[in-house]
Amino acid sequence: MKNKGLNKVDLIFEKINAEEVLKKAWEMSNQSIIQQILDSGLKGRGGAGFPTGLKWKYTAAIDEPEKYVVCNADEGEPGTFKDREILDKVVYKVYGGMAIAGKAIGAKKGIVYLRGEYRFLLSQLYKELEAFHKMIKEIGYDFEISYRLGSGAYICGEESALFESIEGRRGEPRNKPPYPTTSGVFEKPTSINNVETLVTAMMIITHGPESYSQLGTKDSRGSKVFSVSGDTPIPGIFELELGMTVQEFVNEFGDGDTKAVQVGGASGFCVPRKKFQDTIIGFEGVPTGGSMKLFNSSRSMYNVLHNYLDFFAEESCGQCTPCRVGCQQLLRGVEKVKKGEIHSNYLNELLKLADTMKVASKCGLGQSVGNAFRTIVENFREEIIY
Amino acid sequence: MYQLGNLVKDLSDKHGRTRESLLPILQGIVEKHNYLTDEAMVEVAKELDISAAEVYGTASFYTFLDTQERGKYVIRVCKTITCSMKGKIEILETLEDMLKIKAGETTSDKQFTLLETNCIGWCHKAPAMLINEIPYTELTPEKVVEIIKGYMQKK
Ligand SMILES: Cc1cc2nc3c(=O)[nH]c(=O)nc-3n(C[C@H](O)[C@H](O)[C@H](O)COP(=O)(O)O)c2cc1C
Ligand code: SF4
Ligand code: FES
Repeated sequence: MKNKGLNKVDLIFEKINAEEVLKKAWEMSNQSIIQQILDSGLKGRGGAGFPTGLKWKYTAAIDEPEKYVVCNADEGEPGTFKDREILDKVVYKVYGGMAIAGKAIGAKKGIVYLRGEYRFLLSQLYKELEAFHKMIKEIGYDFEISYRLGSGAYICGEESALFESIEGRRGEPRNKPPYPTTSGVFEKPTSINNVETLVTAMMIITHGPESYSQLGTKDSRGSKVFSVSGDTPIPGIFELELGMTVQEFVNEFGDGDTKAVQVGGASGFCVPRKKFQDTIIGFEGVPTGGSMKLFNSSRSMYNVLHNYLDFFAEESCGQCTPCRVGCQQLLRGVEKVKKGEIHSNYLNELLKLADTMKVASKCGLGQSVGNAFRTIVENFREEIIY
Repeated sequence: MYQLGNLVKDLSDKHGRTRESLLPILQGIVEKHNYLTDEAMVEVAKELDISAAEVYGTASFYTFLDTQERGKYVIRVCKTITCSMKGKIEILETLEDMLKIKAGETTSDKQFTLLETNCIGWCHKAPAMLINEIPYTELTPEKVVEIIKGYMQKK
């Protein structure tokens, strides 16, 4: 299949008449709202990529008077800053997506969990919320949104840790199952979605699922907002159609000397130059919650890896041993190899440890540390050793 | 140390006295005083009718719910990869020189605390830092000097 190349899209930040769209959604049956989201092929934009329509369908199917729509605005993945921009520019569409989700699944309450680092946005967000509540009430919606703030813990972006945090406890992930769709916040059926996912859902209701699903590829429908940073002349926030290769991305955003792109942040994958051409950005290649960091040849990939491991060692909640000890060991391990205190073959042992963490860790944090670790160590082994 | 006054009561009236009110109450105290004293945590425990150990155990999980004494202005310099590539070291050194403290410390007049933090979501405008809740981006040593001078005059 010929790939699509790099195409800019204007959907997330497009100005729309929210009242009209919300009226339209109000007239639709819950089933047909969910069907449109299913037909669009939308997958969650927070990183894990679960089909949004299915999540809504499962939550809707449960017969329980108290349900929740939660908006995950914890945005802590290094290199991701698009949710802040979305909240800043088009929060009415985030609220709109939540109200539509609420109607579709039968929830009367919505909660936005906003990372503490974004508290400066709060007064503006509240102001717009007041107007929003008034508007939807007039249409007929019985739905109310409230805010909860984070307090500087990356792990609270993980959905079950986020629920714990809302409930007033340490943000320690829960065992799964049960999944949020049956037992989420306050142990009630909960549909939790990323900020961008909710806006996209509203745009699918606005324009219809057909036009959306024409964008992107079979496995990665639609478009996505990318947070671009690092060695690039044009850092910033860009909405692009899914399905481009890393090479096409680099042609647009690189500085002419790009040696690697870290796709998906610290928990994502490092793509070296020799793989730019064959790697598709999306669920069929390298998935991403939007974080795209470019590194040119002046950068030490050891420093990059060390920085990520340091991040994970700090942010691991410490609840399970593979992750708590594993993060520390990987960090100390690469330091020792770099200093020549231990033979470079030790890297192979560390790779095994990273694999063990993938299967034995309780949540996505410990499970994904190995992504960056393996892709950096395998592709830039000399830089780690010398 | 600060005087708590009616703060815990007022915050409990506002947010409620159930377990899920705990974080908003602690956040409210930190918003005002930048850290939690033992006295504050004990009072919150009483107000919510839970043990002080529960309050401490919860607070200690969250980086922003400091239980160590903090200055009036808490500076958090981002140390994650993009900021680190774009000159975070110079920013931190400039702050250390100006405030005559190291990262992790508080000035003796209790005006400033200097900390490092993980990605704050401004990588496209790196290097970046927060002072209390306000983000400052595209920092240069010169810009940092101006910003801190501004805060010094405020006090
Ligand atoms: C360690 C960790 C951190 C996460 N942080 C975020 C986050 O900041 N924002 C987010 O939307 N999802 C985050 N997620 C994913 C959420 O658990 C969840 O899958 C997501 O909110 C679902 O929304 P979506 O289906 O719309 O993507 C994180 C997951 C893990 C394991
Ligand atoms: S994998 Fe890490 S972050 Fe997740 S529960 Fe275990 S220790 Fe906590
Ligand atoms: S790396 Fe510093 S703001 Fe993201």
